[in-house]
Amino acid sequence: MDKPVVIVVGAGPAGTRAAQTLVHAGLRPVVLDENRQQGGQIYRRQPENFVRPAKKLYGAAARSATALHTAFAELLPHIDYRPETLAWGVVDQQLLTEHAQRVEAITYDALIIATGATDRIMPCPGWTLPGVFTLGGAQIALKAQACAIGSAPVFMGTGPLLYLVAWQYLKAGVKPCAVLDTSSLKTRIKGLRGLRHRPAILAQGVRYMADLMRSGVPLHAGIQPVRIEEHEDDDGLRVRGVTWRNSRGQLRHTVGDAVGMGYGLRSETQLADLLKCDFAFDATSRQWLPVTDVDGATSQQGIYMAGDGAGIRGADGAEYAGALAALRCLADMGHNVPAQNMTRLRKALEPMNAFRHGLETGFPWPWRNAASLPDETVVCRCENVTAGDIRRAAGALDAPEVNRAKAFVRVGMGRCQGRMCGLAGAEILAAARQMPIEQAGRIRSAAPIKPLPAKIRGIMI
Amino acid sequence: MKGLFRRVSETQRSPITITVDGQPVTALEGDTVLTAVLLAGGQLRHNEFDGKPRAGFCLMGACQDCRVWTENGDELRACSTPATHGLRIVTAEVPWTSQ
Repeated sequence: MDKPVVIVVGAGPAGTRAAQTLVHAGLRPVVLDENRQQGGQIYRRQPENFVRPAKKLYGAAARSATALHTAFAELLPHIDYRPETLAWGVVDQQLLTEHAQRVEAITYDALIIATGATDRIMPCPGWTLPGVFTLGGAQIALKAQACAIGSAPVFMGTGPLLYLVAWQYLKAGVKPCAVLDTSSLKTRIKGLRGLRHRPAILAQGVRYMADLMRSGVPLHAGIQPVRIEEHEDDDGLRVRGVTWRNSRGQLRHTVGDAVGMGYGLRSETQLADLLKCDFAFDATSRQWLPVTDVDGATSQQGIYMAGDGAGIRGADGAEYAGALAALRCLADMGHNVPAQNMTRLRKALEPMNAFRHGLETGFPWPWRNAASLPDETVVCRCENVTAGDIRRAAGALDAPEVNRAKAFVRVGMGRCQGRMCGLAGAEILAAARQMPIEQAGRIRSAAPIKPLPAKIRGIMI
Repeated sequence: MKGLFRRVSETQRSPITITVDGQPVTALEGDTVLTAVLLAGGQLRHNEFDGKPRAGFCLMGACQDCRVWTENGDELRACSTPATHGLRIVTAEVPWTSQ
């Protein structure tokens, strides 16, 4: 009998460890990755002709990054590695992919989805200006391109990435003008109950904050964004600064020429949706996520989720989850998997779960801000759908949930398929109808889950 | 024109030239199209609905707000496309009628 085909989607920490586990069991998995180089976002590599050492690129995580890159290099002879390949659809046990304008259908026996996450975005007036990037984007500019997003960046949002990116800019010689955090000191103290489960990571975060303060970077807690200010001159439309309210409600202004913003992360769940996996509302993160058991098995036979794509547990959690999902996949296919190997990984994930809860509690998604966005604020940046448009869908047009609102006013209809606006759009809809957020639902995914080139060759589906 | 981005290191790479809206832009080997364009100027494209400038957002292939066109009309995602010597791009969509 032929060996079963297992496809791993994504070559970040979860995908890499999943592939490694499958290889150790004697399989030859297909590893698809949208990036040119393995590593995911967190351990994203710089182009081959860059020379900065790992320590400079990944800081405290340099050892983990190097270990993951090395592990992958050792796997290369044993896997069918397809970089720059998009998994964009599913039909009859076949995963549909695109690489270099060529589509292909790969038949699989099992699928391990490790598609990671993107920044979670709360729009504010001015967020579509040139010079405003996600925190992840600001970090990629620095890490993978050795560029800063501006000379005087302001970092705004909440969560650990906010301080990490600000600190990385400081170390690169680009001093942030301010770090504006929507989470208050009070909620952060509440989060400590979960955060103390990973003391080393917590200590690192405190160190980043201390370094920033020592260097004279103002750190503000409990802020409310008002707007990103613009100015126009011969260079075009640019960022001039950020107007915000401090924790006492007073109006403040920080001058800067760029903004990095993000409010935690949101999982990339489109493939699980196309595969008809069950989803459930996660009250902690206020997101709909694929239902998985502790091992990452979904409601669909042969479909597994690992890493931030199934819920945000960070890079270390993703490595464990990737290995665990692969072991579970092997066990389900009839391989002899020692029980203690799985038990060990499940146990290793426990503090990650507690930590994740601590992060969501300590640095919560500022969902209440959605209700107070001015009507003219662009929410869907693809098609310029405003908060007012969504409120019209909720009220006059009587859309009971996000998919109807999408049909009426095109929120989430654009190229990104609601990746940037979906969560905020749902909050605006729920607030306008005074209903719980879970009732607003989630935008249904549609293939292709990312735009395909117009000139496409390959098989007919 | 002043660029949006600023290089902080890795400046010892080989220079290449790309053409943006008919103007030569010098970049370094290893730059993405997004990096090359934003080091030289302040925008990548215009939003189709209000015509205002955009300069990308997520840099990881999710937001799709950094799409530019080659002079032949092919669409590129600037954040994930390496700038290669001789590449010719335009930051406004080429009308179908001109192809």
